[in-house]
Amino acid sequence: MCVPDDARVAERGLVIEARGLRKRYGSRTAVDDVSLDVAAGECVGVLGPNGAGKTTTIKMVTCFLPPDGGTLRVVGRAVHPRNHRAIKARLGIVQQQDSLDPDLSVEKNLTIYASYFGVPRAEARRRADELIRFAALAEHRHARIRTLSGGMKRRLMLARALVNEPAMLVLDEPTTGLDPQARRLVWERIRSLKGDGTTILLTTHYMEEAARLCDRLIIMDGGRIVAVGTPEELVQRCVGDEVIEIRMDDEDDPRELVARLAGGPWRIEHAERTVHLHLRDGAGEVALASALAGREFARRRATLEDVFLTLTGHSLRD
Amino acid sequence: MWPGQGMLRIWWRDFQSWKRYAPAFVVSAIGGPIFYLVAIGYGVGRFVTDMGGMPYAEFLAPGLVAAAAMNSASFEATYGSFTRMTEQETYRAILATPCSVADIVAADALWSATKSVLAVAFVLAITGALGLVRSPLAVALLPVAFLVGLAFGTLGLVVTALASSYNSFEYYFTLGISSMFVFSGVFFPLDGMPGWAQALAWFLPLTHAVNLCRALAAGAPSLALLGDVAWLAGMTVGAFLLAERLVRRRLLQ
Repeated sequence: MCVPDDARVAERGLVIEARGLRKRYGSRTAVDDVSLDVAAGECVGVLGPNGAGKTTTIKMVTCFLPPDGGTLRVVGRAVHPRNHRAIKARLGIVQQQDSLDPDLSVEKNLTIYASYFGVPRAEARRRADELIRFAALAEHRHARIRTLSGGMKRRLMLARALVNEPAMLVLDEPTTGLDPQARRLVWERIRSLKGDGTTILLTTHYMEEAARLCDRLIIMDGGRIVAVGTPEELVQRCVGDEVIEIRMDDEDDPRELVARLAGGPWRIEHAERTVHLHLRDGAGEVALASALAGREFARRRATLEDVFLTLTGHSLRD
Repeated sequence: MWPGQGMLRIWWRDFQSWKRYAPAFVVSAIGGPIFYLVAIGYGVGRFVTDMGGMPYAEFLAPGLVAAAAMNSASFEATYGSFTRMTEQETYRAILATPCSVADIVAADALWSATKSVLAVAFVLAITGALGLVRSPLAVALLPVAFLVGLAFGTLGLVVTALASSYNSFEYYFTLGISSMFVFSGVFFPLDGMPGWAQALAWFLPLTHAVNLCRALAAGAPSLALLGDVAWLAGMTVGAFLLAERLVRRRLLQ
């Protein structure tokens, strides 16, 4: 149904090449046989429920975690302790948690971070100027980090990851914890980077974020890749065109309805007291009308959220 | 980047972040030693005519200098470094750059030693003004403070790498730092102690720091001091290697 499809990635200009990547923590396999490619200029999103292996994969790519198996090349170099410096010199990493220096100003946060990459002082100041404008923080240039809002901090984290003019930006849940306005502002910044041809690898829990920003998505579950494709492709391939959502009353037995609907030209997804029907090409309209006669239901376009729930299940992950 | 560049850049970051808190540091660096000097040195000193061949306050002052170096570095390498490693996520941010765990651990040890030198400079200025430092050789207490700071900085970083929370430091400060403060010859000479006590004291880094400070303050250096320098330098290297390993295990696994 939803087979990974690596063939579409161009052979040349790969910023990440991972084959059969594996990571174990004790007896738990966090990442199991993951192969993925990221081409220069692409924006690739990694989606998955908690514990799917997204962050572990990102940590291996960014030299924070040694893989237990498989091969991994990043910016053209094998991920190995002797190459860590060279690889990190070319990556821009935005970690999940804010890690700005709280006692330094916005500007100093950028110039000092640039110094870790060996950027000369005058050049660091020039880049800081540019990045402060990019992050829309011009009025806060001399402000201490403690006084910034969550959204401003995230934009500064993003700006800071650009001080070394990286070959690839790696964003681990870049907008988690932001309000919708702040999130949109971060998206806009990421989109403008994308427009400039920056290669981006990001993880997210937000389907809207993935659909808006990413050229290609990788969906992970239980440490494995379960689907790869563009957002539109995945919706088409894994769900279809439309979804019918039927909410059941407490006394209504969903199993009865599921039994009645079985065999139609649709797929049935059933979670708790909601039944979803995935429809393709408007097939089965007549059968549908009779099966749902007298029931309340909602009919809408299929979205990435349907893909996600179909592939990774409806049960809660802790 | 040349080797050590990453370390210096991180050291510079630590200094820049600390600047605004300098007044608090000066108060704590001077306050502790001066209170001890007044209460014990002069207060108790009135009943002690001679200690190790000199007035008690004069005997005590270099010991307090050594303890000041120990305390400054120990606080920085525990509470300070732990904050950077956990709450502020500074280490993780730095590890996303070409800087390594060795750069970070070396920088934090260097910064701890820097604070020891600053603290000792303040204490020296005051004890000097009180006429408790006789020899111009006392200037050598500054590099000694640096060495003592490196030793306690790296040791503190080992503790930090193993700490689960700020509460863990209670053990280290009560059982380690405070016990050294009273058993390393700061307040009384170890010469008169039973052999086993002297042997035990030899294993305490502060004992060697006190030996160095007292001999230099009195203007009586001897070759035996090289042993104390070697002891502290050796401990620094060992603790650095261990801390680097432990921090790496904690952050990069």
